[in-house]
Amino acid sequence: MCPEAAEEPSVFKSRVGLFWLKKTETMQDEKVDGDYGLIINGHSLAFALEKNLRLELLRTACMCQTVICCRVTPLQKAQVVQLVKKYKQAVTLAIGDGANDVSMIKVAHIGVGISGQEGMQAVLSSDFSFAQFRYLQRLLLVHGRWSYIRMCKFLGYFFYKNFTFTLVQFWYAFFCGFSAQTVYEDWFITFYNMVYTALPVLGMCLFDQDVNDRWSLYHPQLYAPGQKNQYFNKKAFVNCVMHSCYSSLILFFIPWASMHDTVRDDGKEIADYQSFALLAQTCLLIVVYTQLCLDTYYWTAVNHFFVWGSMVAYFSITLTMCSNGMFYMFTSSFPFIGTTRNSLNQPNVWLTIFLTFLLCILPVVAFRFIFIQLRPTINDKVRYKMRTEELPVPAPRRLRRRHSTRSGYAFSHSQGYGDLVTSRKFLMKRSTKRAPLFTQTDSSIFQNQPQHYRTIAEEAEESQGHSP
Amino acid sequence: MVKQESESANRPDNTAFTQQRLPAWQPILSAGIVIPGFVLIGLAFIGIGVALFVTSRSIQVLELDYTGDSNGSPCSSCSQSVVTNCKCSLNFTLTTLFQGPVFFYYGLSNYFQNYRRYGASKDDNQLYGDLSYFTSPSSSCSPYDYDSSKKPIVPCGSIANSMFNDTFTLTWTVNGTTNNVPLDGKGIAWWTDYNIKYRNPSVTPLKNAFNGTVKPINWAKPAYELDASDPSNNGFVNQDFLVWMRRAALPNFRKLYRRIDASGDYQKGLPAGNYTIDIAYNYPVRAFNGAKKIVFSNVSWMGGRNEFLGIAYLVIGSLCVVMSIVMLIVYAKFKFPDEE
Repeated sequence: MCPEAAEEPSVFKSRVGLFWLKKTETMQDEKVDGDYGLIINGHSLAFALEKNLRLELLRTACMCQTVICCRVTPLQKAQVVQLVKKYKQAVTLAIGDGANDVSMIKVAHIGVGISGQEGMQAVLSSDFSFAQFRYLQRLLLVHGRWSYIRMCKFLGYFFYKNFTFTLVQFWYAFFCGFSAQTVYEDWFITFYNMVYTALPVLGMCLFDQDVNDRWSLYHPQLYAPGQKNQYFNKKAFVNCVMHSCYSSLILFFIPWASMHDTVRDDGKEIADYQSFALLAQTCLLIVVYTQLCLDTYYWTAVNHFFVWGSMVAYFSITLTMCSNGMFYMFTSSFPFIGTTRNSLNQPNVWLTIFLTFLLCILPVVAFRFIFIQLRPTINDKVRYKMRTEELPVPAPRRLRRRHSTRSGYAFSHSQGYGDLVTSRKFLMKRSTKRAPLFTQTDSSIFQNQPQHYRTIAEEAEESQGHSP
Repeated sequence: MVKQESESANRPDNTAFTQQRLPAWQPILSAGIVIPGFVLIGLAFIGIGVALFVTSRSIQVLELDYTGDSNGSPCSSCSQSVVTNCKCSLNFTLTTLFQGPVFFYYGLSNYFQNYRRYGASKDDNQLYGDLSYFTSPSSSCSPYDYDSSKKPIVPCGSIANSMFNDTFTLTWTVNGTTNNVPLDGKGIAWWTDYNIKYRNPSVTPLKNAFNGTVKPINWAKPAYELDASDPSNNGFVNQDFLVWMRRAALPNFRKLYRRIDASGDYQKGLPAGNYTIDIAYNYPVRAFNGAKKIVFSNVSWMGGRNEFLGIAYLVIGSLCVVMSIVMLIVYAKFKFPDEE
């Protein structure tokens, strides 16, 4: 298979994780010439999973295109999955339909249960379940991919909006004697994450699709960024923080410079604390909303409602809190009385907001455009193709097979796992020699004759494999 | 047949919402939108920037520092003496007409009215005229809520206590005669402050409402005697008090003191000539390296003189136009959507 390979499988130790705390051992992939497959049955697997052989098993299995482990016990299924998980640092998916698949489903990162003939055991212990095996393709290529993209966008945006919000307060600290004076109004701080920016993010995370489902199935290469963890990793997080730093500098220092020593158009005060707070918070919200608009690729009616509704909610809540009525009712809770009326009718305030908003957003637009031109990802290419070309026709649905009323237990009349399980071989204890339980010779499954197994207590010359 | 029914009972809904097939608008950053957009924004910014810059240049501003921190500067004698009500004068000359309406500001530097404990140190209910808070001011005013003999201070708090108390008079000397320039102190605070936020207690005469209370420690006169000439300008709705209570956002600020009354000789503004400002130097700033100044300014549709906005718009507009050219070159070279 691999002519110039080393004798022993190569395993290297490393540290991964957020602060490089987790120790891992990873087996290297090896080059192989040709396509191979591996079939191994439960009796042999019991030997192969022993401590001195398991790495060799894994190495051989990874050199093959497909590995079939048949006639295995539920525990062995779980052990195989565990082996891959531990030494390959890969995300594993296990799919099964019976009660014997439950341990495998639980061990894997993603467990998928098929509901149907064999009952609901697999379904109850799985992360996802559906009725037909072919839906796995849709689960991965369409829904799994969308879910990954939505999660990454959500995380990136959430960190961005909160870092920006907090860093502006940080810059203000230099100008207020480090007295922890907030640059925003207290009510704004309360409502920012709960009311003003809650629903738009929710809309983006629920409905966003970069490429629709037919195109996702037609181009499976779109799945690759998820496997390589490209959309949210340490580098993406650092980018997000740098972007927030830049935005916060603009969002503080532009209002600071434009409110410096200036007055209203009738000579009265505009550089007071309350007007400055109102200006800073309006600039922040408009920038944050526009960033969300740039991040949302799929604008349903719900998204429109959430985004524009939140913006309208901000202005109406702020106008209400600065109104006379609220001040008369709760005098000390609403000290910002009159601020909107006196500052938001000034042209220089709106010009400042306009300048801040464009200065934060235009670099993002320019960067994204230039990156699409210089280094288009597979995503960008498909999105452009989507606009110009017709939808690909869906794959023709195969004729639905009639459900057989006959039971599917093909191996119920053969020996089964009894010996294997009770031999306690996989517990790595010495097992005692036992007499074979059946003496009949092998015969084909179609003749409905019981199968003869040599037990694993005997020395077997070759393992016998049957198609599952 | 039972099996058929149970199958369709488990089947999820086939609506557009649950199956994620809602109709949607899917925008893309295409060259046809981005590049003309940048050009338009750049040109609009340059236009606005020119207008702002020209307007800002046409606003006249005159600043005179009177802290007196070095020996040759005006009012240095007053800054070093501890006598209250020290008088000093500033002279300045206008070569051309200072266009009206002219506003007279006082400015303070290195003065942190935005300090958090300072800003929290007031009682909104007291300032709204609620008499129950006259006898027991809120604890946020501490230590300026009760004086040493445990009498309540009205208005309590640090902001009120630190009210600016220099006074100025302006005279114009022409042809040997010295005229007093009339200064108008009405309506220098926000309308909402005067009419809604601050209220005097509804007791006539106002003096009776303040029985059993004392004035703030650093004040020369109690609140009901702040303006002897105009009875409606006393108590909490005194215009100077309102202007001071609207605390500034940044450590260097200016606050409106008076307007030049546009009547008689001063209808068009301040004519050219020699002017003298007589200052009653009460407010000490040298202890914290602060500075005091007087500012004369006129206004326009964009407010006071601030060249930053004009210059920023011009710079950003030119950068936008440059970026659009860069993007056009990149697009022409790579022509992304046509490649496969």
